[in-house]
Order: sequence, then structure tokens, then C-alpha cells
Amino acid sequence: MVPGSTATAAAPGSAHASEAPPRNPGIDLDLDRVLELRVNRSAAERRTASLAGRRSVKKTWQAAWLLRAITLMDLTTLSGDDTPGRVRRLCGKAKAPVRPEVLDALGWDVAPPTVAAVCVYHRYVDTAVRALEGSGIPVAAVSTGFPHGLSPFAQRVAEIRASVGAGAREIDIVVTRAHVLTGNWSALHDEVRAFREACGDAHLKAILATGELGTLTNVQRASMVAMMAGADFIKTSTGKESVNATLPVGLTMARAIREYFQDTGHVVGFKPAGGIRTAKESLQWMILMKEELGNPWVTSHRFRFGASSLLADIERQLEHAATGRYSAHHRHPLA
Amino acid sequence: MPSISDLFISLEYGPAPESAGIADAWLDAHGRRFGHFVGGAFVATEDAETFDVHRPSTAEVIARVEQGDQDVVDRAVQAARRALPKWEKLGPGRRAEYLYALARGIQRRARLFATLESLDNGKPIRESRDLDVPLVARHFYHHAGWAQLRDQTHPGRAGVGVVGQVIPWNFPLLMLSWKVAPALAAGCTIVMKPAEYTPLTALLFAELCREVGLPDGVFNLVNGDGRTGAALVAHQDVDKIAFTGSTEVGRELRRVTAGTGKRLSLELGGKSPFVVFEDADLDAVVEGVVDAIWFNQGQVCCAGSRILVQEGVEERLLEKLRARMETLRVGDPLDKAVDMGAIVDRVQLERIARMVADGAREGATVWTPSSTLPERGWFHPPTVCTDVDPGSALWREEIFGPVVVMQSFRTPDEAVDLANDTRYGLAASIWTENLNVALDIAPRVKAGTVWVNCTNLFDAASGFGGYRESGFGREGGDEGFEEYLAHPTHGRDQKVGPEADAAPAEADPGHAGAGAAGSGEAIDRTVKLYVGGRQSRPDAEYLLRVLDESGMPIGEVPRGTRKDVRNAVEAARKAADGWARRTAHNRAQILYYLAENLAQRQDEIATRLARWRGSGRRAKAEVEAARRTLFTYAAWCDKWDGRVHATPFRNVTLAMRESIGVMGLFAPREAPVLGLAATLGPLLALGNTVVAVPSTANPLPAADWIQLFETSDIPPGVVNVVTGRREDLVPTLADHDDVDGLWCFGTRSEGEEIERRSTGNLKRTWCALGEGRDWTKADREAEHFLREATQIKNIWVPYGA
Repeated sequence: MVPGSTATAAAPGSAHASEAPPRNPGIDLDLDRVLELRVNRSAAERRTASLAGRRSVKKTWQAAWLLRAITLMDLTTLSGDDTPGRVRRLCGKAKAPVRPEVLDALGWDVAPPTVAAVCVYHRYVDTAVRALEGSGIPVAAVSTGFPHGLSPFAQRVAEIRASVGAGAREIDIVVTRAHVLTGNWSALHDEVRAFREACGDAHLKAILATGELGTLTNVQRASMVAMMAGADFIKTSTGKESVNATLPVGLTMARAIREYFQDTGHVVGFKPAGGIRTAKESLQWMILMKEELGNPWVTSHRFRFGASSLLADIERQLEHAATGRYSAHHRHPLA
Repeated sequence: MPSISDLFISLEYGPAPESAGIADAWLDAHGRRFGHFVGGAFVATEDAETFDVHRPSTAEVIARVEQGDQDVVDRAVQAARRALPKWEKLGPGRRAEYLYALARGIQRRARLFATLESLDNGKPIRESRDLDVPLVARHFYHHAGWAQLRDQTHPGRAGVGVVGQVIPWNFPLLMLSWKVAPALAAGCTIVMKPAEYTPLTALLFAELCREVGLPDGVFNLVNGDGRTGAALVAHQDVDKIAFTGSTEVGRELRRVTAGTGKRLSLELGGKSPFVVFEDADLDAVVEGVVDAIWFNQGQVCCAGSRILVQEGVEERLLEKLRARMETLRVGDPLDKAVDMGAIVDRVQLERIARMVADGAREGATVWTPSSTLPERGWFHPPTVCTDVDPGSALWREEIFGPVVVMQSFRTPDEAVDLANDTRYGLAASIWTENLNVALDIAPRVKAGTVWVNCTNLFDAASGFGGYRESGFGREGGDEGFEEYLAHPTHGRDQKVGPEADAAPAEADPGHAGAGAAGSGEAIDRTVKLYVGGRQSRPDAEYLLRVLDESGMPIGEVPRGTRKDVRNAVEAARKAADGWARRTAHNRAQILYYLAENLAQRQDEIATRLARWRGSGRRAKAEVEAARRTLFTYAAWCDKWDGRVHATPFRNVTLAMRESIGVMGLFAPREAPVLGLAATLGPLLALGNTVVAVPSTANPLPAADWIQLFETSDIPPGVVNVVTGRREDLVPTLADHDDVDGLWCFGTRSEGEEIERRSTGNLKRTWCALGEGRDWTKADREAEHFLREATQIKNIWVPYGA
């Protein structure tokens, strides 16, 4: 069967109007299943390279896809120099990512789109929650010793609890890369499972830091273990590794999601993060998801971009679609 | 037009059309009517017979093209012949410049070439733009290099002359480039006949030739259907024919050119296996199937059209394939987001549909996606067939459409057996994450190209061509360039060759009876047959008497029959795998041993030979040369190795030289001892097993050879000797479908018969056609012999941790 072929797409305007699938409860670690996964790197690269030439989205279709991309965005700021003022400005942008006159010109006749979430460090969860009050946009916090995940275990678990307590509805955790690199899958399963418990009702996104896992096979096995441990999303990168979200990694993780869905019937989402800066790249990612997993995996319940500068490029492309003129960054409100 | 908020929900791709405008404008500029390109000029005749050229995606007529007749073919061949000396005289550097100019010209006009190709053929613009046209340019660049280097890499080798080239409709421009680039690089001149379904890009290419100033007559283009092709192939002033197309037409070309001495290379059909082991990355496999059978609508001679999947993962693979088919987009080839375009012609579409329907009637389960096809034009859905009877046409015959059949296997050995259970041998694809499995299976599959964890990868630096009934000759790389070079001629000598066709081939037939003939004359020995390592009596006990040069009887040999040939071929087949798999070092040791044993008996053998020769000095020289020749080929055993081609991917492309298999050999009559050494030597050195027919003029030294074989550790069945009359043995060996190749150093009529009859299984033949050799010098030609004794398999192994 084609995974999720019966699920519905997002309704216009709000990223959250469509029904959320039940959460992934996770399963016991099935080591045989994990170890039988193998990824042929050359073939994965060939698939993603050829996909770029096989599909394209133009004109009004492209504008519609880019508006959809906005609703899939975890608008993010994760910098050492973040301040409450900066976070509030970001939240403002999250609530109104596209200028109304651009939407009008495009013929957008329903509620304006908003981003999927705002993603910050724990320190600014409270700021963001207040700034987004009434918008329905959830706050996500990076957690568990982000970005390296090497602080004491108890502290990492406590960090999750603190962020949830401060109002974060989504927690982006990082895994211990050593567990993957040494093939200690049960340790990885235990770790993510513990984090998931600490999350309570908050959704857990497991950052695998794929740029540090060495091989696509490791990426796929780590993806599978994180899902078995109950991750709601699996996510490529912190944005701090030297290699972030690449399409072959995305393909590998998407296929892991498909395998897990077919094995268990549980839906897990995917979040590429880091290095996705252009409207064109965002379309490539959406095409990859549509082709490998189908339309339901191009909704905010199942797909997110971790992005900070992507929005600015999409805004410019949308204005171009609306006016026929190429746009400039300074014409759009700074995030 | 749906609203933007609707599209926001549906996430449809929408249309992404490439404009046909550029191609339409070109067609209009030519009045949508075309003739031929001869001697540097476009020629057209008002009242000529024409045929329609269709746009397969709409079935509209987009141009009319003249049907070339004998007269046009004559003029084109004449123009090519006239241009030849000047083209050769230009020299490597200047020829290279023209090839560079063509490469650049193709890149400059890439968009027009791609659009025109998709319009004419129906293939997706994505493919013509991203694959066909870039590969065409690459082919000209690569061969510009061969042109430049010809006299350094192949000293003393000129181009073979005027070549006639006949190309198919599935990759019109790409196939043109595969033929034109090496021919020009070698110094040949060309008459090209494109397929009548798809003549347009060849015409545009002719325009480009004029644009870059290619000398008149170097490239000529004659349009038309099979009749035009037949006229070109039959033309007596053509030195070489290169053909890509169906196996049936390939057979016909072999028959027509038999005995003419025309060089021939054939790239024919296939039913290539796509072997999936249980440890393969199955998602990668699924995309592999997409590339294998849904590339170019499956109209690919090397399409992976037979999936063999290890039983444990069969169900999962089928499930994944069915899901994947749902996301394939079939439609307007000029839409940039389409995976499959149209079938080239209604006739082809009907043939594909009929084969699938027949298969279904015979019990096959047919899987197609739920999507619908465009209403206009010639489209066929992507199709997977399971439960296919292995005896059915669907399983065995080339469908040449987007239809793949699937069957399971249990073990690697069974996978090899099933993969090789076909008359074809063009390509194979092997999917496993285990290098041990991949590199074990790749050499055992009978195919000219083996792709490991990939499929349908092509490059100018790697040879492409078939085993078995998929044809012979290679295109691309050193091995493809070789096809267009004249053979070296050291040692060739008309004077010592077999005499005219009518020369008596045999001594008088003797009477039936055992042992020596009863004439009471000085008959000193009786040869037996040597089959499967044992000396044996012939099936029918007829003997032939051998005479010396003065006409005196000097011995008797059995007159071998059809059944003796059958037994010998069976023995050779049994020994073939084992002998080919021995190490080259081991085969060298055996050949050295044979040479040593010959050396020990050199004087005695020479003395007997002298009786026939009538000259002790010449006999001694011949035996001495035989010993030397064996040493030469023993030396070559582990030196005639392959190479790694520099193809532009992250992969290793291994060009392996493999034995041909079971070889028939008609040894030269003029040198009874040496002739056998000089021909058996290369065949054995490279792992072939042989059914040898010794010199018919004097087969007696075969008795010595047999004793030498017996005492030199040559495994049973590796060499078999059958004596007899060539008129008995030639037809039997040439017809035999389990003989892979046949060498004949005999008369023109023998060679003609062998070439003509070899078409049953498309044997690799090498016939001297009456031209003899000074065999004492033949070891200088060793590389030519070694090349003829092997075929090249290219194994592509992409890697990536």
C-alpha cells in the first residue's frame, strides 16, 4: 500500500486544521529489523539527483507549494546572541509570514498562512509562548544538551521537563552519536524512550545529527531505533554540524519512516534542518516527500523544515509570482 | 484553472511544458520535407517516394522524408569512397579538431537536438535533455581523443575504409554518435542510414557537419526503410557494416555479408536479467527497475526486462514496485515532469500490447498502475508481470516496451542459471550489498555489460555490446575504437595461402575397415579422433587416405561425422567452465609444458613432416616455429588482461577479457604442425575449449599432437580433434548452436559457408576467406589472435561507504 494514502491534506491557512495522526507510541527494540537495513549510497544519490530533473513545479502551482512550505516551517533562532527582543520579532514574523498585499495579489482568499512552530533554546521558551499567545502556533525547544547532547543524562531529562513546564509543546532532542557509531542500539533506544517519557504530551523530535553518523546505513538504523523508541519526528541535524540536511540523507530517513509505518502502522514525521535556505531547495524537499511518502507527509503533522533564512527567500519568490517583478529582501519584514 | 488555495491542498505538480517551438521552427524552415545528405550537400528529388514521420505523443505527421533508392545509396557510397584518401591524409590532429567541433556544436544546439528528438521519438524531454544529448557530446569529445592518439595507441593501423551504418529508432542521435564518432576518429568515411521512424536528428546532425566544415563526403546520410538499409549493406564498395537493431535483421546482415570480407559489428536485442539478492537495498532496487525498464518506455536493447529475485524478498519487492508504479507519470514527452513518454509507433505499441495480452491469457498476472493514459498518442502503461511461464514468449522474447517479468530464485547458482537461460547476452544487473556475491556472479553471467547496483549507465570510455545472440563487436572505449581500424597484416601472404576454392580438400576416401589400409603401401600410421581426453574411433568407420606431395599415400585418418562433432562439442562444453575458471598462470604452465613436450619430440615430428613436405629444412623450421609459438601464447596467458575504464562516475568500470566459450577451429591446411599451434595457442591461452579440425592436406601430425595433449596435463575435453572432410564438418560445426565461435583458416567458400550458416546462434566467426599466412611469422600478429579469442565484458561497480 502507499503509506497514508487515506489521510487528508492540510486545510488552507492554518497548518493545524487537518486532523493530527495518533502519536507514535513506539515499540520494543527489534534488533533484527534494525540490522537488516542497508542503504546503497550510490543508488540513493542517483535517486535524489534524478528526482531534481524529474519533477518541477511552475507558476501558480509553485506559489501554492511555497505557501505550503511556509506552513511546514519551524521558524528557528538558535544563536548565542539571541535576546528576548529578537525572539519576539521572530514570533511576529511567524504569525504573519507573508505580506497581505502579496497574498491578495496571488488570489489567496482564505485565512493567511502561519508557520508551523517557532523553535528556540529553553531560555526563550517563555518569551515565545507569550509572544505567540492566541495564534495557535506551538513553541518548540531544542533540548538535552543541544547541540552535542553530552551533558549528564539526568540534566538532559530535566531540561526537557523544564521546557515542557515553560510551555513548549515540541521538544527537539539530540541523541548520543556514540550510541550509533558504536552500534549500541539498545542504549539509543533507552535514551530516546526516556526522553519521550519526559516529554509527556509534548511531541518529541529526535535529532540524529546525520552529518556525524558516517554512513547512510547508520542514518537509517538510527532512524529506525528512534522511531521504535517513540519519536514523533525524526530530524536530520542541529544545524551546527558541518554537514546538515542533504537530500540523500532525507531520502534515507523518509524510507525508514515508510518501513516503520508499514511494519507498525504508526506515523512518524520528518524534519530536515540546517542548510535549507532557498525556495528551490524547499520545493526539492517537498517533492522528495511527495514522491517517497505521498501527500500526507507534506503536512505540518508529518513534515517540518528547520529554517531561519528560508522564509525570506520564499517571500521574495512569492512576490515575484504575484507581481512578475523580481523582489528584494528589504521589501519584506525582517524576522 | 484551480485556485491557488486548491493547489495548496492538492499539491499537484501542474504542467511543466518545454516548448516545441524551436523544433517546429526548424522543421518549418525545411518545409517539413527532407531528402538525403550526400557529398556534403542536401539532395532531394521532387517526385521521390516519401514516408511520413510521426510525433508519437499525438500521432500527427510532422515531416515527410524521401525513401532512398539504389541510386542514392550508390552516390553516397561513391562520395564516401572519394572522400576517404583525403580524410586519411588530413592526419590525426586535424581529424580530432573536427570531432571537437562536432562535440561543441552539439552542446551549442543541445536544446534543439533534445526537443527535436523528443518530438520525433516520443521520449521524455528530461531524458533527451539530461541523458541522450550530453552523452552524444561526450562521445564526440572522447573520440576526438582517440582521433588525436590513433597513431600512438594503434601504430600502423589505418581506418577500415568506407563504413555503412544502420541505426535504430530508440536512441536516434545517441546511436548515431556511437557509430559516427569512432568511425571518424579512426579515419573512416561514412554512409549512415537512420531508422525511418526517427530520421530528424540525423538530418540536423548533417547540418551540423556542414556548419563545422567537415570535408564533403566524409559523412553521408541516406534515409529510408529496410530496403535502403539492404542496399547499403549489400553495396560492394563498403568495407564495414555497423548495425544496431533487431536480432532478426542482424542475422540477415550476417548472411548477406558472408564471404564478402566486410567487417561486421552487430548490436542486437536482449532480454537482460535484473538479479536481486535478498541483502540488496530494496528501495534502491525499485529505482533500479524504474531505470531498467521504464527508461525510454522500455525501448532499450539492454533493458533489465527479467527480474530474478531471491524468493525470501520476492513479495516485498513486488509490493514496493506496485507502490512505485503509482507515482510514475506517463504523458506528454515535452512535459519536464514526465517519467514515461510515448511508444515510437502504433505498430510497436500494438506488438507490446499483444505480447502482454498473450501472456495474460497463458496465466501471467499483469500489474499496472491505477493512473490513466493520455487519450491521444501511443502510450503504454508501466507493467510488471508475475506468474509468467518460463517457456512463454513473455518470458523469453524481447518485448521492447515498458513491461518487466519477474521470477524467483533460491541460491546464487540458481540465479546464474536462470540469468543465462536465454539466447541473448547483452547486459545484466546485479543487486546485492555483498561484494563477494557481486563479483562472483558478474563474471558468470553471459553478458557484455554487467551493472552492479545500478543499471543503464553508459559512457563513451566503456565498450558496449553483446554476448551470444545479442551480437558482436563493441561500441565505446578502446574495444569499440578497434572495430573501425584495419587489422595489421604482418605475416599475411597470399602466396602460401590455400589455393583457389576448387582445390581438392581431401585425399581420396578410403574403404571401410579397421586399422591400416590394405593397399600394402608404406602407410606408417592411423590417427584416431580425440574426444573428451580419449582417443576414440569415429562413429562410422570410414577412413580417408593422406597423400604426400608426390601423391603417395602416407597414412589414414578417420572421416569424422556429424555425430563425432556432436560428441566433441559436448566434451568441449563440459570442460568449458572449468578451463575458463582456471587461473591464467595455470593455463600458462600447461601451455609451457605442451611446448616442452613438443621440444622433446621435435626431431621425430619434423622427420615425419619432412616426408609430406618433401623438405627436411622446411619441416624442421615449421616444428621449431610451432614450439616458439606455444611459448609465445603461454607467455601471453597472464598478460592479456583487461583494464579499468575512466568513466565519469564514482565507480570502477572493469573491462574484463573473457573467453568466448566452445570454439570450433579449422586449422590452416598449409602448415600441419605449426598451424595448429598458432591457432590453438591463443584459444587455449585465454580459456576457450576447442573442437579442432586439423589441416586437411595433412592431418597426420594430429596424431602427435594428440599424444602431446595427453601428456601435458590438458584437462579432458579442453581440446578435441576431429579429422575428416571439410564438407562434412563445416556445416555441422557452423550450424551447431552450442558452439560459441568458429575460426576457419581455409578457402573463401568455406569461410562464406561458415559465416552464412553461423547465424543460428550468431557465432563469433573469424574466417580467412582464402587469404593465407606465413605462419612462421604469425606470432607477430599475436594480439590480433588474442583479441579474436576473447570478448570484453564491462562490469560497472559504483561504490560509496
